[in-house]
Amino acid sequence: MNLTLKIWRQKNADDKGKMVDYPISNISEDMSFLEMLDVLNQELIDKGEEPVAFDHDCREGICGSCSLYINGRAHGPDTLITACQLHMRSFKDGDTIYIEPWRATAFPVIKDLIVDRTSFDRIQQAGGFISVNTSGNTQDANAIPIEKQNADMAFDAATCIGCGACVAACKNSSAMLFVSAKVSQFALLPQGRVEATDRVLNMVKQMDDEGFGNCTNTGACEVECPKGISLENIARMNREYLAASFKG
Amino acid sequence: MSKLDSKIPKGPLAEKWTNHKNEINLVNPANKRLIDVIVVGTGLAGGSASATLAELGYNVKAFCFQDSPRRAHSIAAQGGINAAKNYQGDGDSTYRLFYDTVKGGDYRSREANVYRLAEVSTNIIDQCVAQGVPFAREYGGLLDNRSFGGVLVSRTFYAKGQTGQQLLLGAYAAMNRQIGRGKIKMYSRHEMLDVVIVDGKARGIIARNLVTGEIERHSAHAVVLGTGGYGNAFYLSTYAMGSNVTAAWKAHKRGAFFANPCYTQIHPTCIPVSGDHQSKLTLMSESLRNDGRIWVPKHKEDAIAIREGKLKPTDLAEEKRDYYLERRYPAFGNLVPRDVASRAAKERCDAGYGVNKTGEAVFLDFAAAIERYGKEQAHVKGLDENDTNLITKLGKEIIKNKYGNLFQMYEKIVDQNPYETPMMIYPAVHYTMGGLWVDYNLMTTVPGLYSIGEANFSDHGANRLGASALMQGLADGYFVLPYTIGDYLAHDIRTGPISTDLPEFDEAEKYVVDNINRLINNNGNKSVDHFHKRLGKIMWNKCGMSRNEKDLKEAIDEIAALREEFWKDVKVPGTDKEYNEELAKAARVADFLELGELFAKDALVREESAGGHFREEYQTAEGEAQRRKEFQFVSAWEYKGEPSEAILHKEDLQYENIEVKERSYK
Repeated sequence: MNLTLKIWRQKNADDKGKMVDYPISNISEDMSFLEMLDVLNQELIDKGEEPVAFDHDCREGICGSCSLYINGRAHGPDTLITACQLHMRSFKDGDTIYIEPWRATAFPVIKDLIVDRTSFDRIQQAGGFISVNTSGNTQDANAIPIEKQNADMAFDAATCIGCGACVAACKNSSAMLFVSAKVSQFALLPQGRVEATDRVLNMVKQMDDEGFGNCTNTGACEVECPKGISLENIARMNREYLAASFKG
Repeated sequence: MSKLDSKIPKGPLAEKWTNHKNEINLVNPANKRLIDVIVVGTGLAGGSASATLAELGYNVKAFCFQDSPRRAHSIAAQGGINAAKNYQGDGDSTYRLFYDTVKGGDYRSREANVYRLAEVSTNIIDQCVAQGVPFAREYGGLLDNRSFGGVLVSRTFYAKGQTGQQLLLGAYAAMNRQIGRGKIKMYSRHEMLDVVIVDGKARGIIARNLVTGEIERHSAHAVVLGTGGYGNAFYLSTYAMGSNVTAAWKAHKRGAFFANPCYTQIHPTCIPVSGDHQSKLTLMSESLRNDGRIWVPKHKEDAIAIREGKLKPTDLAEEKRDYYLERRYPAFGNLVPRDVASRAAKERCDAGYGVNKTGEAVFLDFAAAIERYGKEQAHVKGLDENDTNLITKLGKEIIKNKYGNLFQMYEKIVDQNPYETPMMIYPAVHYTMGGLWVDYNLMTTVPGLYSIGEANFSDHGANRLGASALMQGLADGYFVLPYTIGDYLAHDIRTGPISTDLPEFDEAEKYVVDNINRLINNNGNKSVDHFHKRLGKIMWNKCGMSRNEKDLKEAIDEIAALREEFWKDVKVPGTDKEYNEELAKAARVADFLELGELFAKDALVREESAGGHFREEYQTAEGEAQRRKEFQFVSAWEYKGEPSEAILHKEDLQYENIEVKERSYK
């Protein structure tokens, strides 16, 4: 199929940036979206132009590197997948495709479609862990049985890949879904309860300091999350936060 | 006398590690604050090592090329992690895990290392649970297990199809705690481009900031490489796009011996190649072989009809199917080790029984499992066990619970529903058992330079068993290296900070800058990917699932010629002072072009078949791998300029606790 791509080009963080048109032809529907961009980049290199920079690594939907805003949606038109899992069969001949980076104050653009998401790392550093040393001298793994339902919910929250689609999809650029997923994972497990109070207070504070906005309560994040992280996590975090605020 | 001293402690196998820990030097906590350690790579090995070293009190500088340590490719490991917990009471033990691993590796790994790995495996599970890793649990609240290839027990702990992700996030969390405390300084989007040797010891690295292009010098008292494997030499693989050999290869060029480069794992269950545009291959976890049955049609005409779309696999009668693994290996069936399963798939496809358009795919079928689970559920719930629709529905729910994310992944890529029609799979490059040679302390042949996880060669011999990579990565990082490195660093308590103004840093930086300038100013006509794809084709066709003398000799010549062409004609757009992925890729491919030749040379010299290394000249009458006693050694290559000049050193492998016999899974 033949397509018109409209891609955000920005040389570096200081550059203003603009949308640039690229026609592309002979795209097979079996290609992944990123393979289509590979084809474009090969053509640009052959023509002596600079290829489009975008983050990608595992190309199987788990590393969370890819971060493309495609036709106005984080990770593109399909649901429950990352951009690297999107295939060209989701498009048709003659389509115009808009490709932009994540847009958020806390995710400044590095180049073209690449943004800086280290704010997510700093939120995790503020409390996204259980303070246990890695000595191996812990009790036996089966010493504390954990209700399967809670273990499963903790797992579901823990499947967050930290891609930032929730922030990109939110009109307030809120990171509530991301932060609440980590808070929930630990809040649901007995190992995580010990530090629950400090954790939620510290992580939320860091989230605010990074410049993420408030929750809109519209749920766009849940719709666009490639891993289907549930809004229930935000409710749980709010509960944890309220309880912690009274305690702390 | 060989230059290789494996430093295996004396004494009985089961006591070696405990005794060794009791005897090695320690660094007191006050002195640890005076010592810097560089860790390159933040996967399971590098991430866990960084966290533990920082906890112990060392000043750690950690590096990764990704934008966050959480994105290292360990994240993509799906199926599980082994540990000899024997929670199932099915006869597992440290010895049995040790035995399975040595046998699985086709008797080409080091006994003492493997025993230690089995010994610390149970600690890993305890540790991870304490960290909040949400492993799968049973209704009683205890941990669940499943089975993996090449073993007869259930010892694999898992978190659905995302075990690697959960374990890595555990290590990442442990790192974050130390970053927050200021004990780890994290350098993400940085690529190590050389190791700096001062007075014969590793004392630092040269790294490139991938965002600004700046070249940086970093010094330390020891350098640890947890930089993963080199399977991307094949271009197409299940590795991440950025996975590379550069750190290990630069270490090799600075004196670290490279061991068993030809031992590569080709994983049997991956989604087949669909066309020339393909950039990477996707794994379907080995755990699927717990419930999936592998087959091709018994008759060629049926295979042809399926290929042409005239016959649906679900319409082919049971008696017209060849469940070839169950037929050839009744004892282990679909759960034979990876090397055996991959070769068997290739054998059937080469014989003309492949089932997709390219003829390079076999079926992985869940229909029987869906029926079995459905019946079980109907029985438990007191429902009609003869209602086919109900059984199928209940069975699909169970399968979805176990493998839901894998089925979804498959459907998104292939556009077929694996609940309704069997998956199509084919082997793909997945892991490299070879890597930097290390002694029992995980130190390379360069003092102060360590290698952990997939980047070293030590534990898996010629074939790795499923769910053992995660085990080794975490064992090395959490429980082995933090002890053994102390023995070395104990001599450095009075050294003081290492200056980055030393001439050795000047020299290394100049070497790095020259290399980058050469690539940037080359002004050739062909892109980096052009060369990478061609290298991949040579590797896959001549150094892949089966190898022979003629092909390997050709591969050596072709890779050398391709390397020459690369340096004449590669084109790298942009400049070196900005984010430039093509430049990063070019530098990595340049190293693959050297490693590839050494790989082929190693495969040529190894005149036997063992594990993932199958030489057509050395096979049994039934087509199984034929080991040879005279090759019971580790090949460790010393760099001498061109790969063709590399010198082979041999470390003889002694088996005192295991009887070396024919590796049979029949």
